[in-house]
Amino acid sequence: MIGGLFIYNHKGEVLISRVYRDDIGRNAVDAFRVNVIHARQQVRSPVTNIARTSFFHIKRSNIWLAAVTKQNVNAAMVFEFLYKMCDVMTAYFGKISEENIKNNFVLIYELLDEILDFGYPQNSETGALKTFITQQGIKGQPQTKEEQSQITSQVTGQIGWRREGIKYRRNELFLDVLESVNLLMSPQGQVLSAHVSGRVVMKSYLSGMPECKFGMNDKIVIDKQGKGGTTDDPGKSGKQSIAIDDCTFHQCVRLSKFDSERSISFIPPDGEYELMRYRTTKDIILPFRVIPLVREVGRTKLEVKVVIKSNFKPSLLAQKIEVRIPTPLNTSGVQVICMKGKAKYKASENAIVWKIKRMAGMKESQISAEIELLPTNDKKKWARPPISMNFEVPFAPSGLKVRYLKVFESKLNYSDHDVIKWVRYIGRSGIYETRC
Amino acid sequence: MPAVSKGDGMRGLAVFISDIRNCKSKEAEIKRINKELANIRSKFKGDKALDGYSKKKYVCKLLFIFLLGHDIDFGHMEAVNLLSSNKYTEKQIGYLFISVLVNSNSELIRLINNAIKNDLSSRNPTFMCLALHCIANVGSREMAEAFAGEIPRILVAGDTMDSVKQSAALCLLRLYKTSPDLVLMGEWTSRVVHLLNDQHMGVVTAAISLITCLSQKNPDEFKTCVSLAVSRLSRIVSSASTDLQDYTYYFVPAPWLSCKLLRLLQCYPPPEDGAVKGRLVECLETILNKAQEPPKSKKVQHSNAKNAILFEAISLIIHYDSEPNLLVRACNQLGQFLQHRETNLRYLALESMCTLASSEFSHEAVKTHIETVINALKTERDVSVRQRAADLLYAMCDRSNAKQIVAEMLSYLETADYSIREEMVLKVAILAEKYAVDYSWYVDTILNLIRIAGDYVSEEVWYRVIQIVINRDDVQGYAAKTVFEALQAPACHENMVKVGGYILGEFGNLIAGDPRSSPLVQFNLLHSKFHLCSVPTRALLLSAYIKFINLFPETKSTIQEVLRSDSQIRNSDVELQQRAVEYLKLSSIASTDVLATVLEEMPPFPERESSILAKLKKKKGPGAVSVNELEEGKREGGELNGGGERGGDSSAIASTPSPSADLLGLRAGPPVTAAAPSAGSLLVDVFSEAGVNDDGFLRFVCKNNGVLFENQLLQIGIKSEYRQNLGRMYLFYGNKTSVQFVTFTTTVTCPGELQSHILHIHTWNSLEPLIEGGAQVQQVINIECLTDFSDAPLLNIKFRYGGALQNLTLKLPVTINKFFQPTEMASHDFFQRWKQLSLPQQEAQKIFKANHAMDTEVLKAKLLGLGMALLENVDPNPENFVCAGVIQTKAQQVGSLLRLEPNAQAQMYRLTVRSSKDTVSKRLCELLAEQF
Repeated sequence: MIGGLFIYNHKGEVLISRVYRDDIGRNAVDAFRVNVIHARQQVRSPVTNIARTSFFHIKRSNIWLAAVTKQNVNAAMVFEFLYKMCDVMTAYFGKISEENIKNNFVLIYELLDEILDFGYPQNSETGALKTFITQQGIKGQPQTKEEQSQITSQVTGQIGWRREGIKYRRNELFLDVLESVNLLMSPQGQVLSAHVSGRVVMKSYLSGMPECKFGMNDKIVIDKQGKGGTTDDPGKSGKQSIAIDDCTFHQCVRLSKFDSERSISFIPPDGEYELMRYRTTKDIILPFRVIPLVREVGRTKLEVKVVIKSNFKPSLLAQKIEVRIPTPLNTSGVQVICMKGKAKYKASENAIVWKIKRMAGMKESQISAEIELLPTNDKKKWARPPISMNFEVPFAPSGLKVRYLKVFESKLNYSDHDVIKWVRYIGRSGIYETRC
Repeated sequence: MPAVSKGDGMRGLAVFISDIRNCKSKEAEIKRINKELANIRSKFKGDKALDGYSKKKYVCKLLFIFLLGHDIDFGHMEAVNLLSSNKYTEKQIGYLFISVLVNSNSELIRLINNAIKNDLSSRNPTFMCLALHCIANVGSREMAEAFAGEIPRILVAGDTMDSVKQSAALCLLRLYKTSPDLVLMGEWTSRVVHLLNDQHMGVVTAAISLITCLSQKNPDEFKTCVSLAVSRLSRIVSSASTDLQDYTYYFVPAPWLSCKLLRLLQCYPPPEDGAVKGRLVECLETILNKAQEPPKSKKVQHSNAKNAILFEAISLIIHYDSEPNLLVRACNQLGQFLQHRETNLRYLALESMCTLASSEFSHEAVKTHIETVINALKTERDVSVRQRAADLLYAMCDRSNAKQIVAEMLSYLETADYSIREEMVLKVAILAEKYAVDYSWYVDTILNLIRIAGDYVSEEVWYRVIQIVINRDDVQGYAAKTVFEALQAPACHENMVKVGGYILGEFGNLIAGDPRSSPLVQFNLLHSKFHLCSVPTRALLLSAYIKFINLFPETKSTIQEVLRSDSQIRNSDVELQQRAVEYLKLSSIASTDVLATVLEEMPPFPERESSILAKLKKKKGPGAVSVNELEEGKREGGELNGGGERGGDSSAIASTPSPSADLLGLRAGPPVTAAAPSAGSLLVDVFSEAGVNDDGFLRFVCKNNGVLFENQLLQIGIKSEYRQNLGRMYLFYGNKTSVQFVTFTTTVTCPGELQSHILHIHTWNSLEPLIEGGAQVQQVINIECLTDFSDAPLLNIKFRYGGALQNLTLKLPVTINKFFQPTEMASHDFFQRWKQLSLPQQEAQKIFKANHAMDTEVLKAKLLGLGMALLENVDPNPENFVCAGVIQTKAQQVGSLLRLEPNAQAQMYRLTVRSSKDTVSKRLCELLAEQF
């Protein structure tokens, strides 16, 4: 089990140090700093073993979080815990930065006391935590005595993520499908690898203890229904259902029901949470196509032309488009011409960055650049790193559709129709690269 | 050197560096550097000419980026351009960039060399110096090729500035070190040597480094430098501290130069010229005198400089090793330092004394400081100083103070630092062995060593104890007793158990007489340690147990019980299991004589270099003094190791039992040998007396194979077989040296009547007259017994070894009993025959004291070896042995009966032999009386 937990800033100074077990001494703090943070090598293994002590670390911007143990623990569990801890901290005070950690150190120690007990992870559900770890700055309704007395039974009960007696005047529900699409394409336009990793994030403001049921166009469910007799035409739009490679759920989802009927039913926590995560690799809609053209003119000149094509419904608008064209290390000057957006040579990143605010579907745009090179002594050839791209589109590149989200509350008097539901799809780029 | 003026400071560079310093993260730093590199690239693009200042600034930035660990692949051209600038700062930065960044195979090297050549030929001394520094810093082969011819010319040219000469000398030294084949001094040699006479001390100091290096390679060419160096040294030493002005350092005149001069002199033997030598001795004396003067300053730099010269002078004195007076003075001086406040001085004094101790002149003087050194060992706070003290004690040890030093080292060992314990243990072991006069002291010391620092006692140390105990009969009993006592401690180290197991297994019988250490007590003591030991030790103990069975038959059942137990016979370790199974079977199946031969006492170990000495040499600890010195000591210690040179004990030719091999030699293939301990130590030089050596003869009465004779040169082994009245004997002559024996001849003679009719001997194949070093030749002798006989044939061997004629006469072990045919008979038959042979002349009787332990099994084995049949259940007293046999000669058959009555209380035997021929009875009785 976890023996201790340390948080360092980018210099390796300790911001938070919490030791849970006697086998971890103070010198472990220094050992990690010396051997990992100040290590010479660029790439560091997330797990380091120093003097029979294992250090598991993750990095959030400039902050290092390290869990320490002397035992043979489940590494996946430790990392899951570290990520969860980041989520909890973000939920409490926003971005994880040195400043925020210093300002909230009392809170962090309090949280650490709660979510780890003698090194064993405990309830780390933000919603539940917020009921009893309240600091100034955390908005929350002042609790009555009665409510306070219920905290223990609620937190330790069967449904630890939701307390009883929640009441809203308006029953509202927000559902976001967030996807990031990853691509590696050859210069000739051949897809080398592509996958989408998506999340379904919900914000629920519902009274009482509602029972929800979530439905999407999962291929297995659709096919089953198709066989069941309802004559839904599967070939109507060509892409009725999607094949999900793997998925994980929030703890509130009844897994037994998913296993048997493949239906997602749950009692939602109050507030914001991530209902599920999934990954697909088949039939991905690639929102953009990048066509590079690089020509070397002699030893001192390089001509680059890049065309991007948007590949979705013309009625939709893509946003925050950014194309990054790497330049050779001996670039001495760059001239850029682009038809749309703005392009600039960023010497500090060795790349030309082309930004377009928004772009409709089925359009095409082009940039051309002339790069001057300085002759060097080395005969090393330029490695030609891939052209990468960032964007945001208002649909799910995986093709996922929310079919329904039903809410049942038997005790209180509101029905599915009374709940206001909002659904939003956002597709972002992950690592979206084209070789040139 | 022109100072960098304020206006020359590069603001852009300063800003860039401070930007980098302020970066919060690695990523930010990389971004900043990328930006700067892009900026520099755009500046260097070449469309507009840059002025010298900006070029210098950007080259500086590149250099800084490079030193931060980033690759730089441009800007070299700009740096080379800077070289041709006329401004010092620009040229300097250009050279700096090139010495740091340009690798030797760059294509720019031609341009660079050109620029350097220009600078070298310029008359500007600063530019020349810059160029020389660059050559030295790059120091590549290409540089050497281009400039090795040029630099000596600059060095010796009359019009070269002193500062340039200095740089040139050091630059040449650097080139010489990287590519000595390219730097040919030849014609310059004498002029370089004469730089020692230069007016400028700086030039002399630089030149002397060069000369020292060159003269180490070819001392003859630079021989002339000795007298120059001596005169220079004497001028410095005798000068007043104010004479040398700039080169006086805290009142010491030119300390660096003096040290270098003294070091140069250490490359040569003492000067032959009397005048030069006298002058040098005078200098050294002055230096020693100055050490006695009160310090002119309290500053530490003053004493450091003074002592540096002093220590260098002492090393020179040690190097010469020919001036007893100086050596003793040096030693006394060091003796003062031994109690100095400064730890460093104490350390250096101890270190120098170590080398002094090895000189014959100063050894005694060093010894006078023994108390101080011992005190240092005990009280010094710095471990490295203690280590030096231990080294010095080791170096100063000789026969007179060995006991004291070993005792001190042993007592120090109890508190010694862990880092030096192992080395200390080795040293104690070596000293104890080297200077052992009394072997019981040696055994005590080593056992103490194991007791105090068992963990640090390496295998070699305890192997050595065992080798020595085996090779020396006189300590065996004492060793057994001491080991037995040491093992009684409740907790003893595993090494102690190993030594104990081995020694008790071999010599436990020597202390078995005492009821307190009776066989069973010994066994129980060893077995009580068994379960705490590691596998190899257990294996050794199992071998010791089987040896016990042989030594003390009364323990047989107990030991068999142990061997039979599941923990042994089903041990998971294959080696232990195999030993248990094999030993159990061996003890139950093998007849007593087989057991006795198999479990014979170990033969003495052959002489070889002490394994611990080898280990110490391998460790090459700084305290290993000089190897020569150790070897000298080794020769001195020959007395101890001489144990192996005695010819008395026999050792098989091929069996050089390595200590790590099966300790009891069970798997040794070579002929099993008897180990009747010889009465006394045989003279090593057997050859000087031409007398007949019959020591080996008696041992062959009861056996047919073994080593008849052995000394440093020659080993003679015998294998023989007899059938009826015929016999065949194989003689093996082994040359133990690496030199061949020439005119090697052997003759077998039968003295007196033996020749004529008693024994007929025929040498089957004649020998080659040559035996190569390390080779072995074989000779076969056929023997026929005509009638009974009592004398033995003589073997005479003559050969030349290294020019000297060697002559050796041995008795061939052919005795009447070899022709016995065993006769089995029942009890009443035996007594009937016994009564028939009742004539007084037919009986021969002898009562004698036991020479060896009265072990039934051994006795049985010996009687069987005699060739007669051993009759069981014949004598009413089961203690007694009776045998019967017929001697086959060509002429007749002689029936013989034998009865041996041991008396355990009195340790006496009564032997009665009756045979049909009176001479036979008498002869048999004589022969056998020596055997028990």
